[in-house]
Amino acid sequence: MEAILGFSVSREGDVTVIEVEGQLIVGNRQELKQMVLEELERGERTFVVDFDRTEYIDSSGLGVLVSLSKKIREQGGELVLAGLNEDLRTLFELTKLDTLFTITNDRAQALQGL
Amino acid sequence: MSRPRPLPENVVLEIPSDLGAIQRAVDLVLSRCETSAMESRRLRLNLRVGLSEALANAMLYGNRRDPRKRVRVEVTYHAEAIVACVTDEGDGFDPQGVPDPTMPETIERECGRGLFLMRQLLDEVVYNDLGNSVTLVLRSRSEGEEARQ
Repeated sequence: MEAILGFSVSREGDVTVIEVEGQLIVGNRQELKQMVLEELERGERTFVVDFDRTEYIDSSGLGVLVSLSKKIREQGGELVLAGLNEDLRTLFELTKLDTLFTITNDRAQALQGL
Repeated sequence: MSRPRPLPENVVLEIPSDLGAIQRAVDLVLSRCETSAMESRRLRLNLRVGLSEALANAMLYGNRRDPRKRVRVEVTYHAEAIVACVTDEGDGFDPQGVPDPTMPETIERECGRGLFLMRQLLDEVVYNDLGNSVTLVLRSRSEGEEARQ
């Protein structure tokens, strides 16, 4: 597994899309948190995190998504997850986080629902 | 006369308490275990989660990110199972004291899912009495069985 650690931000109308490339793990979770909090501070309220190019999320990565989702909801916003592969969906199901998040098949479906 | 079973193979690593070293160590172990008979999804998901979480716990909570302290990883693998032992230099902890992170009162917490995932995805998760060493067992399954069961 190639350990590419990177996030990129783009805009789709009023929606901020964050793409996670490689892994979301204990070693880079703070980078994602900081990025989303800065966008929230700037007034952005609707977010899609796109995992289409993500190979692995560890428990710290799951935790940071929970924390961000809570902060975004407190500000009246919404966070949608998209593009999780089968392994990643399993992690959300095991931890019951699939009940906490809106999870869509891909970015297009996420944007359609917002 | 039955054919002799192949001898188990093993990997031993000693790594610094550096979070950036976790995935490199896990990747190394997974690549070595590819020669075992373990199903690819159980390597890619179950073993990856078990080792990654055990290493993160060892560095964060065991060694408290002290760069002078190291984590030892010993992995033995053969046809039927992979056994991984992860040991830190910390004072240990009580694994029974970690609450279920899927309950309504805990599900929105940022931390506390690592040990739960290890228990869900491995066949055995056993701590020593001190609580600074965990042994993970992942058994091979017959074809067609659910990867996470």
